[in-house]
Amino acid sequence: MAAFSISVNGETRNVDVLPDTPLLWVLRDSLGLVGTKYGCGIAQCGACTVHVNGTAVRSCSLPVSAVGSNKVVTIEGLSKEGDHPVQQAWQEVDVPQCGYCQAGQIMSAAALLAKNPTLTEDQIATAMNGNICRCGTYHRIKEAVVLASSKMK
Amino acid sequence: MKTLTKTSRRGFIKTGLTASGGLVLGFNLTSAFASIESITQAAFEGAVDFNSYLSISPDDVITIFSPNPELGQNIKTSFPMVVAEELDADWKKVKVVQAALDTKKYERQLTGGSGAVPHSWERLRKAGATARQMLMEAAAKRWKVPVSSLATNAGFVVHTDGRKLSYGALATEAAGVPVPTEVKLKNPKEFKLIGTAVPNVDNKEMVTGKPLYGLDFYREGMMHAMIQRPPAFGTKIKSVDASAAKAMPGIVDVVTFKNNVAIVGKSTWEIMKARKVLKVEYEKDGNVESTTDHDKLFKELLDKPEATVRRKDGDVEAAFKNAATVIKREYQCPFLSHAPMEPMNFFAHVKADGVELIGPTQTPDRARNATATLLGISPDKITVELTRLGGGFGRRLQADYVVEAAELSKLINAPVKVTWSREDDMMGGSYRPAVRYRFEAALDAKGNLIGYKLRGVGVNAGNSTREDNFPSGAVENLLIESIDHQSPITTGAWRAPITNFLAFAEQAFLDEVALAAKKDPVQFRLELLDKAKQSPVGAIRYDIDRTKAVINLVAEKSGWGKKKNLAQGFSVYFSHRSYVAQVAEVEMKDGNPTLTRIYAAADCGIVINLSGARQQVMGGIVDGLGHALYGQVTFKEGAAEQRNFNNYRLIRYNEVPKVEVHFVNNGIDPTGLGEPALPPTGGAVANAIFQATGKRLYNQPFTLQEELKGVKLGQKM
Repeated sequence: MAAFSISVNGETRNVDVLPDTPLLWVLRDSLGLVGTKYGCGIAQCGACTVHVNGTAVRSCSLPVSAVGSNKVVTIEGLSKEGDHPVQQAWQEVDVPQCGYCQAGQIMSAAALLAKNPTLTEDQIATAMNGNICRCGTYHRIKEAVVLASSKMK
Repeated sequence: MKTLTKTSRRGFIKTGLTASGGLVLGFNLTSAFASIESITQAAFEGAVDFNSYLSISPDDVITIFSPNPELGQNIKTSFPMVVAEELDADWKKVKVVQAALDTKKYERQLTGGSGAVPHSWERLRKAGATARQMLMEAAAKRWKVPVSSLATNAGFVVHTDGRKLSYGALATEAAGVPVPTEVKLKNPKEFKLIGTAVPNVDNKEMVTGKPLYGLDFYREGMMHAMIQRPPAFGTKIKSVDASAAKAMPGIVDVVTFKNNVAIVGKSTWEIMKARKVLKVEYEKDGNVESTTDHDKLFKELLDKPEATVRRKDGDVEAAFKNAATVIKREYQCPFLSHAPMEPMNFFAHVKADGVELIGPTQTPDRARNATATLLGISPDKITVELTRLGGGFGRRLQADYVVEAAELSKLINAPVKVTWSREDDMMGGSYRPAVRYRFEAALDAKGNLIGYKLRGVGVNAGNSTREDNFPSGAVENLLIESIDHQSPITTGAWRAPITNFLAFAEQAFLDEVALAAKKDPVQFRLELLDKAKQSPVGAIRYDIDRTKAVINLVAEKSGWGKKKNLAQGFSVYFSHRSYVAQVAEVEMKDGNPTLTRIYAAADCGIVINLSGARQQVMGGIVDGLGHALYGQVTFKEGAAEQRNFNNYRLIRYNEVPKVEVHFVNNGIDPTGLGEPALPPTGGAVANAIFQATGKRLYNQPFTLQEELKGVKLGQKM
């Protein structure tokens, strides 16, 4: 076990875990931030997507020892009131079915739009292709990303 | 390691209590963690339970309990809409709470077979209408006016003279009114809420990452566990060496029971790591089967003289003897994993005085009964609390993952959450069975379908046919049979069981038959349906007019047969009491055939929630398409060869075409929509691919077939 001090959602959090513990399990088991989901454990499905210094990262494949001083933002920290334009758009379009993958979808979309709110369809497709939705809500995901983009302009 | 308190259920409820105080406690907790007990405890301070489905508090908050497990079929929004409609409630003041298992209060508390809506439609309406009637009678008593002078509107009882009282203000008095035995239901034409697009009641919680799912459940002192199950079906444990695993950090115990080795520890990662050094040897314990064995077996079974006859009409032998043309085709589908995004998991706490089960299940009652049987106790001693389900698709109809959690909790004498890895999920599934079909059609010289044969052979598939579905009833001479092979590979219901593949095979076959008869595929089916209407052969379990209505609607909306420069494929299927017809379109883009659009026309009777219903159809199509294109689990010596999403391909964002959904508006009582949109998709797509490329697809997954070699199939949303 080793002590780590990491920045999560703007706060410094101290954890005592095995150094190779993936960030995903630190968030879920140690910090109670369960919005970040376990889906595959091998960075294939995107359910565990968080932001590390603003970039969408698969937290299931990032050991806590590699986080260092980088700033981690999870779905719980994306906005204070749950009203980030992407979160608003997701509700307005009524995207979720089972909803399990949606936090990861939202984090991927939010990272994408933060860099460039004006997107082509191909750019959206490239960014969102790493997130699987088993219920098949892809049409609404697209609609919501476009809506969020218009909110952010 | 810090132990969680913040996200534990009890913690949440305590916070709610102090933060909001008394009455409204439960209503702040609309997440899956608000148990029915917490609501009623809180609600008793003045709130009135009108029936098992709803209660109204003096401050006008209406709480509607949703008894059925929610896995993305949107029942948690559509059920309360029905109650609220008849109650004439203000939807903005309605709180929806997931009810725990309570077989005394609710019937059919399960999710499966697209059956919840048809089962509960009238019950839900009566629940709302009864409360509305009692509120009106309470108002009549207070104002000393006849009930006939009263009406209701958006949460108020209104008198003809303009006076009005809110439901909350009347709730306590209404509780004293005798429960009416008969209530008047609305004329569907008066519906204000039903038929509109209402967003999912859990949207806010879902988009902000609140703890909703089984895997999100944590409790202080709870153990984490993962279970090593035999990697191959037909094998059992020979020896276990847990010494290295036990020495790993955070490991509390390693327990062997039945064919399971459970690693119990303090955190998920620690048990995952310890599992890597666990040494278990297995030995043969039955047939160890491979997909190559099944491929050979299917061909033998298709030629076997005897089979179970499912339906026989007329004289099939004579019809085929007299035929001008005989068409004979075979279709095969592989095993599929359910692969819900939330891997299997359950929390169990077996105590001296009872058992607590918490987690995602489609069948809480089955889980409870199976646990009771295992532990040899009465089901009354077991409580089952439902979390939201991160998908189910039929996998969570099984109780295996609940029972093993309970068994482990008893063995270690501690509360435990058992988590499955994705690999565990794919290697220990209750798979969609592999099936092969042989279809035969006899046409006379004029192109009339005079004989029809279908034999389905499968691995643990039971009856792999649906003998009373179309075209049964429309063909004078017909024979439908099946043979099932028993295997150690566990199978189970997979979204739209059997029909999820049978529909593709049948609709692709009928396309070939129509073209052999020199008829337009749509016209061919309409003529058969007319024939079935005029001179039905044997039992007909589908509604002919409703089938025709979806065919005509999708033909109209897709401009069937009128478009140039693109290829169209048609399909129609009746399953789970709903009707769906689809047209797929393939266009040439950059020299490649590209699936650009799928049109769907659905008849599920009255549409309750337009937003949810639309997405059920769109999602069903995406699911049907994805698995037709990519899905397969193959076995080698009893072990699944696809174990995670790197080689078990699921459809992704840039692989879906545009989808256009239309509903038939016929005012008939609603039927389910969780499954019926899936079955027709494979056939529509395969038929469009044929029109575009001249290649017929007989086997799934499409992308691995010889026929599609050299064809780069694009998709465009």
